Amino acid sequence: MSIKVRIPTPLQKLTQDKAEVDIDAGGIKDIREFIEKLGKDFPGIKERICDEAGKIRRFINIYVNEEDIRFLKLDKTPLKDGDSISIIPAIAGGGSTQPPSAVSLTIKGGR
Amino acid sequence: MSYVKGLKCRECGRIYPKEPLYVCEYCFGPLEVDYDYERIKKKLTRDEIVSRPKNLWRYRELLPIDNEPTDGLDSGFTPLIRAKNLQKLWGVKELYIKDDSVNHPTLSFKDRVVAVALSKAKEFGFTTVACASTGNLANSLAALGTAANLKKYIFIPADLELSKIVGTLIYNPVLVAVEGNYDAVNRLCSEIANKYKWAFVNINIRPYYAEGSKTYGFEIAEQLGWRVPKHIIVPCAGGSLITKIYKGIKEFKNIGLIDKIDTKIHAAQATGCAPIVNAIKENSDIIKPLKPKTIAKSLAIGNPADGIYAVATVKESAGFAEDVSDEEIIEAIKLLAQAEGIFTETAGGVTIGVTKKLIEKGRIPKDESIVVCITGNGLKTQEALAGKIGKPIRIKPTLVSFEENLTRRKKCL
Repeated sequence: MSIKVRIPTPLQKLTQDKAEVDIDAGGIKDIREFIEKLGKDFPGIKERICDEAGKIRRFINIYVNEEDIRFLKLDKTPLKDGDSISIIPAIAGGGSTQPPSAVSLTIKGGR
Repeated sequence: MSYVKGLKCRECGRIYPKEPLYVCEYCFGPLEVDYDYERIKKKLTRDEIVSRPKNLWRYRELLPIDNEPTDGLDSGFTPLIRAKNLQKLWGVKELYIKDDSVNHPTLSFKDRVVAVALSKAKEFGFTTVACASTGNLANSLAALGTAANLKKYIFIPADLELSKIVGTLIYNPVLVAVEGNYDAVNRLCSEIANKYKWAFVNINIRPYYAEGSKTYGFEIAEQLGWRVPKHIIVPCAGGSLITKIYKGIKEFKNIGLIDKIDTKIHAAQATGCAPIVNAIKENSDIIKPLKPKTIAKSLAIGNPADGIYAVATVKESAGFAEDVSDEEIIEAIKLLAQAEGIFTETAGGVTIGVTKKLIEKGRIPKDESIVVCITGNGLKTQEALAGKIGKPIRIKPTLVSFEENLTRRKKCL
């Protein structure tokens, strides 16, 4: 039961220089919960992916099985065992900002 | 002699060394080259520029290299043409075409950015260069990369125009046709760039590469006699060119080469792929990514990397944005060819079509100076014109046949 995650160079310091990591998919429903879990496995990484308000940073794009989550259901894009996720700097993979109201990753329990 | 201090995050201002980096480790903002303008100002005068060879390196202090330039030594300094016939047709007073359809060596503005990217990649010690491309960059990297004796990996969408594929393959690079649109190619490439330590010109060399586009703006100002026009109409794909043209003319002002800037920068896209134009029309700072559907394949980027900066450039300069349909693009290609004798690719059809629209809508006053950007050559996108430009008159090699056919043709007319 796992989700494969490709980590961009700027974040690899937080994954012990690993470009690819596996996350236990147990109990992960969607992207929002995935980021929370990734942050637990690799302390510090959630703060880099999300801004102070808990939103995915404007210069980060996330892809599930090669599709941009902005063409899916943003942070509510559902995940299942065996999915692969890419985190890509927007400036490289083509990019833009997300509608601020649409993507909120404020997680229960606060910051 | 270097005039580059380092790299700087465009968003949070963090400073980075001169390395093949492109994204801020903290906020993921894009990194930009940080110049020592005080020193540049002392060196780069009008007289100094005019004394140099007519290529894009005449502005080398404002380009991000440390040593002497090594690539694209004949690129740039393309004609700025007074478009008298179009002027009359549209009833405008002062209209110019900045014609990069004849840029050396591969007939598009991409020769500018590749010239800079390769000179820089070599300074960094790379021996393999790579790119994700909608075609023109592929042609340019293949050609200039070959001249530079570099190994080349080039990634394109599989459905690209035949001429752009041939114009790449002829230089014998590793050409990879990816089954997907440009945005998919680009995403894949950023993952490959993450793993293979190549000089991906539009990824890890991007801060340097993109600076080459400024020379298009520098040349407009120099060729107009050290002044800038009231309007520049720029085609938008990833949104970098429009941003850099404006940056270029602002740098000229900053170092005292021109007196003032009152230029409105207008964004031009195809209706079937207009994420930047849509954002401007909706007065939004947000780019909504989309799946492109247009014959203007060189502009078919649904997820523009510099989209928000392109929007900011248009807003800051008080410009407008407009889009044109595939039919309007073809009409505009024919118009430019038949009025001025310039055969541009579909992207040029976009800027000509958009200029016409902006004039008709009164966005561009008829008594103000206008420069239209023509960034690529029509020979590369001939498929778009299939069945749209008539056929040759076929005759037997006899005078009788010639006169019969011409008479018949006259009767038809």
